[in-house]
Amino acid sequence: MIEAGKPIFVQIADQIENDIIDGVIKEETPVPSTNEFAAFHRINPATAGKGVNRLVEDGILYKRRGIGMFVATGARQRLIGARTEQFRANFVGPLLCEAAKLGITPEQVAGMIRIESSTERKGSNS
Amino acid sequence: MTDTAVRVTGLTKKFGAFTAIDDMSFTVERNKIYGLLGRNGAGKTTLMQLLSGQQFATSGSLEVFGASPVENARVLQSLCFIKESQKYPDSFRPEHVLASAPWFFANWDAALADRLVDDFRLPLMRPIKKLSRGQLSAIGVIVGLASRAPLTFFDEPYLGLDAVARQIFYDRLLEDYVEHPRTIILSTHLIDEVSNLLEHVLVIDEGRILMDQDAELLRGSASTVVGKKTDVDAFVAGRDIISRDGIGGLASVTVAGLSEAERAAARAAGLELSPVSLQQLIVQRTTSITQEPEIKTDAWSARA
Repeated sequence: MIEAGKPIFVQIADQIENDIIDGVIKEETPVPSTNEFAAFHRINPATAGKGVNRLVEDGILYKRRGIGMFVATGARQRLIGARTEQFRANFVGPLLCEAAKLGITPEQVAGMIRIESSTERKGSNS
Repeated sequence: MTDTAVRVTGLTKKFGAFTAIDDMSFTVERNKIYGLLGRNGAGKTTLMQLLSGQQFATSGSLEVFGASPVENARVLQSLCFIKESQKYPDSFRPEHVLASAPWFFANWDAALADRLVDDFRLPLMRPIKKLSRGQLSAIGVIVGLASRAPLTFFDEPYLGLDAVARQIFYDRLLEDYVEHPRTIILSTHLIDEVSNLLEHVLVIDEGRILMDQDAELLRGSASTVVGKKTDVDAFVAGRDIISRDGIGGLASVTVAGLSEAERAAARAAGLELSPVSLQQLIVQRTTSITQEPEIKTDAWSARA
């Protein structure tokens, strides 16, 4: 679950973000404590705390004194916005870059995506 | 009370003509888990013996909880040192070890010790001479955890422990540390197994500090770039190269510290990037010193 080579606190923050985007953790509900993250992932609690604090700095989580960390209202929409931008930079950019190398035009790429998504829908129906 | 558990300045230890610890300076902060890593004979055990007052420094100064540990009852009472080959009196059984531990460790938790005995399936009544290597190591691990000493050293504590028992050790260490934060210095060769537990890493090589870094900063601090030799060489030119390897026209170079933009540039140039684990990073850092990598790659390109 924790992979090598990438800072663990980034992975913890990513996982909380994914849970918020997927709706596993709803807005205005608590996230697990730092110690729970540490025990579950078998990582140093300071590292888990760093991941949680990163989301507090971003305004995704906020602290209720004496209770714990909660998901802020509007966090899901903001995360989806940020992730959409990352999707463009991390996937669409390299996709077009590789396509250009092979002499495939952006229009042809769009055509491939349409065919792929229709076969995928058929595949998942059967 | 300061936040410093250990402060070492210009510490040197010589055994005759051999310098085991060579002008070391570092601090250990309270209530963190430190990894003390390095190759065989790097000086890990000597360093821990100095910190626990079992050896005298040749020169330099060292403070543990604000004072020299040598013959200092206040400091020594707050230490627990678990070494790989602990000797016990011949007539002892594990129950005797656990019964006498509270005399030495003020914070001893007998309930935790009992639970660990069950976890490790340690036969309490069997004579120590008859125990297996792994069972002997289990005694050390149990004492180290249940002592709850403010500064605990584990020096290769798991010789002979199987994978299940090692995992139990890591899990219990983390659980108990969360409940009772304390300073732990863990010396080990099994870096991959413990790397996620560590908050800070000290790497020593030939008696000197090679790395003194936050474990999180080290993780992801290096990347391996793989691709056509000319492309790779162009990309890594002027960077901090940790190690390099190559075959034919292909090169694989590990470099330190790439930003997101630099990663994107590398991918755009058709290079493959792969992460470097803490263990790989330390292996490369502690071997590359004696290698002459340039000659190796030249030999390859001459043959290609």
